[in-house]
Amino acid sequence: MTSATLTSGATLGSQRVSEDVRYHEDAIRLFVIAAVFWGVVGFLAGTFIALQLAFPALNLGLEWTSFGRLRPVHTSAVIFAFGGNVLFATSLYSVQRTCRQYLFGGEGLAKFIFWNYNVFIVLAALSYVLGFTQGKEYAEPEWILDLYLTVTWVLYAVQFIGTVMTRRESHIYVANWFFMAFILTVAILHIGNNINVPVSLFGMKSYTFVSGVQSAMVQWWYGHNAVGFFLTAGFLGIMYYFVPKRAERPVYSYRLSIVHFWTLIFLYIWAGPHHLHYTSLPDWAQTLGMTFSVMLWMPSWGGMINGIMTLSGAWDKLRTDPVLRFLVTSVAFYGMSTFEGPLMSVKPVNALSHYTDWTVGHVHSGALGWVAFVSFGAIYYLVPVLWKRSQLYSMRLVSYHFWTATIGIVLYITAMWVSGIMQGLMWRAYDNLGFLQYSFVETVAAMHPFYVIRAMGGVLFVTGALIMVYNLWRTAKGDVRIEKPYVTTPHKATVGAA
Amino acid sequence: MAQDKKGFSHDLIERNTLLLIVLVLITVSIGGLVQIVPLFTIESTIEKVEGVRPYSPLELAGQNIYLREGCYNCHSQQIRPFRDEVERYGHYSLAAESMYDHPFQWGSKRTGPDLARVGGKYSNAWQVAHLVNPRAVVPESIMPTYGWMKERPLSYGDIGDHLKTLKIVGVPYTDEQIANAKADLEAQKNPDGDTAGLMKRYPKAVVANFTGEKTVTEMDALVAYLQVLGTMVDFTKYQSKQLQQ
Repeated sequence: MTSATLTSGATLGSQRVSEDVRYHEDAIRLFVIAAVFWGVVGFLAGTFIALQLAFPALNLGLEWTSFGRLRPVHTSAVIFAFGGNVLFATSLYSVQRTCRQYLFGGEGLAKFIFWNYNVFIVLAALSYVLGFTQGKEYAEPEWILDLYLTVTWVLYAVQFIGTVMTRRESHIYVANWFFMAFILTVAILHIGNNINVPVSLFGMKSYTFVSGVQSAMVQWWYGHNAVGFFLTAGFLGIMYYFVPKRAERPVYSYRLSIVHFWTLIFLYIWAGPHHLHYTSLPDWAQTLGMTFSVMLWMPSWGGMINGIMTLSGAWDKLRTDPVLRFLVTSVAFYGMSTFEGPLMSVKPVNALSHYTDWTVGHVHSGALGWVAFVSFGAIYYLVPVLWKRSQLYSMRLVSYHFWTATIGIVLYITAMWVSGIMQGLMWRAYDNLGFLQYSFVETVAAMHPFYVIRAMGGVLFVTGALIMVYNLWRTAKGDVRIEKPYVTTPHKATVGAA
Repeated sequence: MAQDKKGFSHDLIERNTLLLIVLVLITVSIGGLVQIVPLFTIESTIEKVEGVRPYSPLELAGQNIYLREGCYNCHSQQIRPFRDEVERYGHYSLAAESMYDHPFQWGSKRTGPDLARVGGKYSNAWQVAHLVNPRAVVPESIMPTYGWMKERPLSYGDIGDHLKTLKIVGVPYTDEQIANAKADLEAQKNPDGDTAGLMKRYPKAVVANFTGEKTVTEMDALVAYLQVLGTMVDFTKYQSKQLQQ
C-alpha cells in the first residue's frame, strides 16, 4: 500500500489531484526568477575572483574589490542566493502537489518569505563588500543579519511544515522528508554556529561565544552540514520530485529511499572534523570525523542509485530530452563527488589535499555538477509549467547549455586536481641535500596556468547560464523556436513505447 | 515491497508529521553533541603552556582588520605536525595558541603561506612594503594590494568595549587592561613613549611606529597583529610529551 502511494506520489501532478486545488504559483515564479538572476550573479562573481587569482591586478587596489571581500560574495551568491531560491521554488512547488494542498499561510506568506530572504541576500552581500563579517566561511553575515535570517527561516519552516501537516494525501512523500530534514537541520546549524555577543547594539561587530579549537569544531560542524543539508538533503528533495516527474517513472526503490534517508542524515552530522585533520583538534574527534565520512559514502551512493535507476525503462529519453539529461548528469556528479569526499577525508590523503586547490575542485564538482545541474533541470521543468506554456522555447538551446556547462566543469575540476595535487607534492618535496625543494611562492607561480584554465571553465559555465536565461525569457514570452526536434530514431522506436 | 509485516513499519512515520520531525531532530543531533560537548569538558583538549596571553588592544584591532579583509580565505594559521610544514613554518600549532581567537583563524586554504608563526619572521618595514604592494617584494605573489590601508586612521574609540565584550565570552582581560585599552593601543605605536605598563600587561608585544604615519593607522594595527602571531609560547621549555592533548 505504501509503495502504491509512493508510486502515485512520484507521478503526482496528474489531473486527478487538481479537482479542487488551485496551487499557489505567484511566489514560486518570483523564486524562479530570483534563482536565475542570482545564479548568473554568483557564477560571474566566481569567474571574476578566479581571474583575480590568475591576474592579481584585477583586485583593482580598492578595498571593496579585493579577493578577500569578494570571495564571500561569490560563495553566498551561489549557495544561499541561487541555491536558496531554487530550494524555495522547488520545495514550495512540489510540496503542494505531493500533499495535494495549497501553501499553508498562502501566497502572501510565500511572497513575504521571498522578499525577506532576497533582501537578506542583498544586505549580506553589501555588508561583505563594506567589510562587515564574522570571519567564518559560509557564515559571514554579522549578528543582526543572522537574526533577520532566523526569522525568515522560521516563517519558511512554518509554511512548509504547515503544508505537510494539512496535506490531503495520507503519506508524506519522500521528497518532503528530505526537505523537512533540510529545513530543520539548517535552522539548528544556523543558530548553533552564530551564537555571538555584539560589541554594541548599534554596531555590526560581534565576537563568537566560543573560541579556538571549540570554535573550529562548531564552524565545521556547521560548514560541512551546510553542504550536507543545504546542498545535499535539500537538493535530494528536488531529485526525488523532479527526476521521477520528468522521466515519468516511479522512484526506483522505496526501501532504498528509507534506508538512505535515515543513514544520510545520521552520518552527515559527524563528518565535520575531516576539515580539521592534523590540526589542534584532538585526535579522537578527527578519527570520528574520518570514520563517519567514509561511511557516508554508502548512503550517498544509495541516493545516487535511487535517482539514476529511476530511469529504468526510460533511458532512451536521455537522447531526446536534454532537461532530463541535466537531471541525470547531476546525479552522476553527485555520485562522483560523494566518492571523492570520503576519499579526501582519509587522513593520509587529506595530508596531501588539505589547503590545496584539490578541495576547491571537489567542492565545485559537487556545486556545479550536482547542485547547479539539478537546479537547471528543475528550472527548465518549472518555467513552462509556471508560465503556462506548452513547451520550452528551445530544446536545442538546453542541449547547448548542457554541453557548454559540462565542458566548463570538466576544465574546472581537472585543472584543480592537477594544481592541487601538484602544489601538495611541491610543498613536501625535498632535494638531495635534505632541504625543502620549493619556496612557497614557487608553488604559487606553478599554479598560474591552472588558474587560467579554471577561469576559462568558469567563463563557459557562465556562458551556458546566459543561454539558459535567453531560453527561459523566450519561453516565458510564449515563443517557440523553429528547430529540428529531438526524436527517437525509428529503429529504436520500440524502446520508449511504453 | 508492501510493508505489511507485523511490528515496526516505516508507514507510521510517513503518516505522522510530528513523529517524523522528532525523529529527524534526534537523528541529526547525536553526532554534533558527541563531537562538540567533550571539547568543553575534556581538560587535555587545550595544552597547558605558558605565554599565551590575550591580544593587546592594537593587536586585537589588527585581528579585526585581518577578519574584515577576509585574509583567512587564503592564509591558514594552523601548522600541521609534518616534517615539511615544521621546517617551513615552525613548531606545529597548539590548541592553546588560538584559545583567545573569537573565532578561530585556522583557515582552510593556502593560496598564500601559513601565518601561524609569521611573527618576527620579517621586519615591520617588510610587512608594510608587502601589504602596500606584495609584488614589490615578492614578484610572483598574487595577493591583493592594500596601499589604502597605510594611511587610513584606525577607528579605536570603542576599543575598551571590544575588550569588555571579549571578557564576557571568556577572554581573561583584567579591569586594568580594559581601563587602559585606549592608552595601551596608542602606546604600542609610540616606541619613544612610556611602554612599561603596556609590556607588563602584554609581554612580547611589538612596539613600533610600524607605518611611520603620525596617527595610528589600520596598517599599524594589522602589522602589530602579524608580528605577534606564533611568538607567545617558548617551545624550548617543553618536551613533546608535555604538549600531548
